[in-house]
Amino acid sequence: MNINLTLIGQLISFMVFVWLTMKYVWTPIMGALDTRRKEIADGLAAAERGLHEKELAKEHAKDVLHAAKAQAGEIVAQAQKRASEIVDEAKVNARTEGERLVTAAQAEIEQEVNRAREQLREKVGELALSGAEKILRKEINAAAHKDIVEALAKQI
Amino acid sequence: MAGDTLTSSEYIKHHLTNLTFGQHPDGSWGVAHSAAEAKEMGFWAVHLDTMFWSILLGVAFLYMFKKAADQVTSGVPGMLQNFCEWIVEFIDSSVRGSFTAKNNMVAPLALTIFVWIFLQNLMDLVPVDLIPLVSGWLGIHFMKVVPSTDPNATFGMAIGVFMLVIFYSIKMKGVGGFAAELTLQPFSSSNAVVNTLFIPINFVLEFVSLIAKPISLALRLFGNMYAGEMIFILIAIMYNAGIVLGLFGGVLQLGWAIFHILIITLQAFIFMTLTIVYLDMAHHEH
Repeated sequence: MNINLTLIGQLISFMVFVWLTMKYVWTPIMGALDTRRKEIADGLAAAERGLHEKELAKEHAKDVLHAAKAQAGEIVAQAQKRASEIVDEAKVNARTEGERLVTAAQAEIEQEVNRAREQLREKVGELALSGAEKILRKEINAAAHKDIVEALAKQI
Repeated sequence: MAGDTLTSSEYIKHHLTNLTFGQHPDGSWGVAHSAAEAKEMGFWAVHLDTMFWSILLGVAFLYMFKKAADQVTSGVPGMLQNFCEWIVEFIDSSVRGSFTAKNNMVAPLALTIFVWIFLQNLMDLVPVDLIPLVSGWLGIHFMKVVPSTDPNATFGMAIGVFMLVIFYSIKMKGVGGFAAELTLQPFSSSNAVVNTLFIPINFVLEFVSLIAKPISLALRLFGNMYAGEMIFILIAIMYNAGIVLGLFGGVLQLGWAIFHILIITLQAFIFMTLTIVYLDMAHHEH
């Protein structure tokens, strides 16, 4: 129960213990606690961010899908348009070609008709001439009446 | 031990005497052999038992926490780290709760106070005769194992805290601010003359409240622990008073020890909390 030098000894050891605690115990343990707190906070933030990113990706995917659909629709529409164009073009081509063929055929037919008519005319003239010759052989000279026969043949 | 050669009062006295090292009246240095001899040594003597046990406990505390701090990891903590973190977080939340200024010293101080005082008080739960018996075999006659039942230990800590209070009061408020706090309140007046008259009154009041801080800190802990120890000693006396009283004493000791677990923790916590509050007051104008 006596107050003596022990007091000073206790005071000094108390201070030394406080100092040692501050230096070697408190700082590292609190450091670890703070680090862990931070790590947990970071982890939670990362998870939050991940969720957010997932949401964004979903949205993005939706957009992409939408755009792709729109594009596909556009392509189909274009293809249909092109197809009908091609069909129309083909129709026009066919018609013009047909018309050309028809005209060519008509021209040829006309030519043939003309030629046939010419030949017929010549043949008729010759026939007429030979007929007339046969008739007239007895009476006229073919050479003297040739121009008359030819004029006749031309009129046929 | 309370043997045939000792009366009850001698037994109690024996248990309450520290192992004192100092100068004998004849001038030689050595260990006192009786309570009277120890008293005669005056101020220049040391209680070897108090110093030994408190420093041993302090070293044990530091060793354990240092070990935890060395292998500390922010990942999955081990058992020891978990335990130390639990205490550290408890202290940290206590400090955050009552200490509003910024000072990196207060929390480690609180941790040291809490654990050290708790361990010192914990020695109270060791049966009162056990360690003195062992030390008696080793030829040491006096052995008081609970450092916090020695007022030197409690006053040592309280004075340490008081010095910090004075230091931070002056550091935060300046000498003038600290002096003003001691002299210009609680009574003040707008009249300068009256104010001057109030100064001595205020000083007496404030000085008493200032000096009461360390004294109440030290005496509260000392008183509680001393009384607890005393009751353990009184119960121990019953062991020599026949089998019935001895058994009754055993039951009493168990009951008191269980109750004492609360007291030792509470006293450590009170000492720590009051230290935090006093230091908080030292950091703030009020």
